[in-house]
Amino acid sequence: MGILHPSTLSVKDLHWLILWDKDKCTLCGKCTAVCPVRAIELGVHRKRILNVPLGLEEKPGNVYGIYHGIRQKTDPIHACVGCGMCNLVCPNDAIIPVHNEEISKLRFHVDIDGEPRRRGGRRNSSESVLDQAKFIRISMLTDPALDAARHEFELRTLLGRILAPEDALEAARDNGWIPPVREIYPLIIGSMSFGALSPNMWEGLQMGVAYLNEEVGMPVRICTGEGGCPPRLLKSRFLKYVILQIASGYFGWDEIIHALPEMKEDPCAIEIKYGQGAKPGDGGLLMWHKVNQLIAAIRGVPTGVSLPSPPTHQTKYSIEEAVAKMIQSMYMAWGFRVPVYPKISGTTTALAVLNNLARNPYAAGLSIDGEDGGTGAAYNVSMDHMGHPIASNIRDAYLNLVKIGMQNEIPLFAGGGIGKNGNLAANAAALIMLGASGIQVGKYIMQAAAGCLGSESDRCNICNINLCPKGITSQDPRLYRRLDPEDVAQRLVDVFLKFDSELKKIMAPLGRSTSLPIGMSDALGFAEYHVAERLNVKHVV
Amino acid sequence: MCRLFAVTSDEPLSPMVALRSLDVMKEGHDGSGVGLFMTDMGGELEPFKNSPILSGIFSQEGIKKLDQYMMSHGFLTKYKLSIRPSKEPPKGTPKRDIYLIRVYEYPYEWESVEEAEIANRLVQMRVQLRKLGEQDGSMVVFSFWPDVVMIKEVGDPMEIAQYLGLDRRGLQARIIMAQGRQNTNYAITLYACHPFFLQGVASMTNGENTAFVPIREFLTSRNQPGYLGYQSDSEVFTHILHYTITKLGLGIDAYKHIITPLKDHEIGRHPDGSFLKTLKHSLRPLIIDGPNCVIGCLPNKTLFMAQDSKKLRPGVVGGKPGMFAFSSEMCGIDEAIPYREKNYDAQPMKYDTIYVDSGRMEVKRRSQWESCTRPL
Repeated sequence: MGILHPSTLSVKDLHWLILWDKDKCTLCGKCTAVCPVRAIELGVHRKRILNVPLGLEEKPGNVYGIYHGIRQKTDPIHACVGCGMCNLVCPNDAIIPVHNEEISKLRFHVDIDGEPRRRGGRRNSSESVLDQAKFIRISMLTDPALDAARHEFELRTLLGRILAPEDALEAARDNGWIPPVREIYPLIIGSMSFGALSPNMWEGLQMGVAYLNEEVGMPVRICTGEGGCPPRLLKSRFLKYVILQIASGYFGWDEIIHALPEMKEDPCAIEIKYGQGAKPGDGGLLMWHKVNQLIAAIRGVPTGVSLPSPPTHQTKYSIEEAVAKMIQSMYMAWGFRVPVYPKISGTTTALAVLNNLARNPYAAGLSIDGEDGGTGAAYNVSMDHMGHPIASNIRDAYLNLVKIGMQNEIPLFAGGGIGKNGNLAANAAALIMLGASGIQVGKYIMQAAAGCLGSESDRCNICNINLCPKGITSQDPRLYRRLDPEDVAQRLVDVFLKFDSELKKIMAPLGRSTSLPIGMSDALGFAEYHVAERLNVKHVV
Repeated sequence: MCRLFAVTSDEPLSPMVALRSLDVMKEGHDGSGVGLFMTDMGGELEPFKNSPILSGIFSQEGIKKLDQYMMSHGFLTKYKLSIRPSKEPPKGTPKRDIYLIRVYEYPYEWESVEEAEIANRLVQMRVQLRKLGEQDGSMVVFSFWPDVVMIKEVGDPMEIAQYLGLDRRGLQARIIMAQGRQNTNYAITLYACHPFFLQGVASMTNGENTAFVPIREFLTSRNQPGYLGYQSDSEVFTHILHYTITKLGLGIDAYKHIITPLKDHEIGRHPDGSFLKTLKHSLRPLIIDGPNCVIGCLPNKTLFMAQDSKKLRPGVVGGKPGMFAFSSEMCGIDEAIPYREKNYDAQPMKYDTIYVDSGRMEVKRRSQWESCTRPL
């Protein structure tokens, strides 16, 4: 055993424990080969067999031998992440990671050289106010309630600055400028950058989105995140399905600006990222592991260096200035034909931002990303402890707009933990009824369309170090070739079709079909009194 | 379910015509209340076309308050057609002191005031009276507008008509809208009973307005003094109509486009597509999402009917030149106009608005596929 250090841990101290069954193991070695963090290695174990012969002639003795198997490493760097790939590849189900039933001691030691833990993933908390929402206003009064399977629905939302009716009529009459508005599907694939995601994952999502638009007739949009956009996509007709994101690192914008003259289509919109729910107030982060030649080329940076976007937009000194300058310059880049809106992290200061936008005639909406948002890389403390839940933030923002009569003029988009426990349509519908015009979702798509292994129990969460065992967030071709883009596209289509059916199953009994029930708060109820009171909806028991 | 009946006639009619039609449709309503809207008055009110008429229910205390209030605003009573019931009310109907129909004379100073400003002041006065009355229940005010009378009460429509003596000769109108049910979707109050009225615009609805709350929020955030109440989900239809016509300067065809817009792919094929798209976007919170059938009356005395695609039982329109009726059911029209000319029979389909203007010569149909009137 050697010397005991303060950080010497036993298997029992770890977050994930590997259970291995010697009788089932064929010693094929697949588990040790596949393990992304090398948590297990070939174990040569000593064993002692007692030899106790009958009679007195021979004396009892020991036979020492060895057997082969696996051994779980216990140093923090190699601690099992619980991804379960070992179990996936094992031909005999001889191995499986299980959750330590007590809080691990590992967490006290993931700070080698004083570096705090960084990881990808999520907040690792399964609690969800949205899951508690009940849809209570079932239409029972008049004509029969709608049939979700047969009735004609128009599930569309608007992205863009919508003029007040009086102003819109004046602009129509005088041939004035009407801000660009997109009629889109209310579920948007949230910003996951090329870099955070592998090329295969990105390609799969883009193919799926193109199929949904062109074959299924669902105007689904996808946001690039801050990582630029491959030039071929920029110059293709599929750009109209893409929301380009700009953030404080401006990664990829050199390519985008240079591609402007060759663009056949305008992008759907421009999202200016000021904050991200998973790590609010902190900048973006792409760790050096993932910055290979391709990523470096698209982002316009050298290879092999970590790419932190600064928390603040360095060229701006206040949100007012950011709103005024950034929004306007982005509008100008596309000749005032593309909506531009900011995305902020959920915060108690969201209303101040919103009020600023209300005074800016170009602001095309506001996206608010709640604390349950996911990320490819962040400090653990930011993910676990920073941020504002989305439900009350979006409700406050909507009611604030109602107060000033602008609830239709600045669409609100909500993100952060929607569908975190699998209830995508129900969570989305609840947020829409609280006032969101649309929903942005990332993690759910990664899980459902690509088989991401993350869960709310600190499973896997190694998106940041280029080791994603499913090839979703890795830039290593040996890993991302595990993911077939065609399969991702097909699964994405499945996800949207299912979501569509479930949303209709929620809307039909409420009697809604011709417009999205934005702000239909009378349909919502919560059993938890204080939740209902805070959200200004019905308390039901 | 509410049952609706409206009639427009060259000859002034007693409200009993409309109430009898409601009565034959009784299988479809629970007789829990009645609402009456009358305009283009005949009978005793014929000579007072330009003078504001206050309609409401008052207690003795309320009348005192009213007199004080009106005096302080310089309004003098010009004529009264009020009803003071002496009999015991029918079962389920509360005993009231007075059903007020009182014609006022504008104060002298108002003579030079512009029409739009008069309209605003009248609404503000009605709202103030309503608020004063809400404190102690002494006043319930339905309308304060020239050439408009409204009566509302809880109970069976025919029993109430007999109790109040609505067949009196002096009470006649050329346009009558009647609805045969107290609002039961939400709390039962007199303010929840349709038809609803605001500045020359009236409407009544049957069905269920499933998008009520966001519409109410949109209307109340327009800062219009008359956009209040909403004890019934039907009241928003009147205010959407008012907003369309008075605030946006649009016509009845635009109203249909606002409450039940064409689908996005249909707008793409419409000759006025870009205008309709702008209209749909900027008025998105006013999409009703039904199922509803709306019957309304415009300031120019045009009666109309429209409904959304989810209304499985369309309303019907029929009659003959000089007299047309709008009804939830055909039997209502049969009762009011027994010898109607059936070639005028019409039912609005999902894209249609059917209307009869004050000339009362024909039933007109306007489809959403036609060009939409734009404000000048």
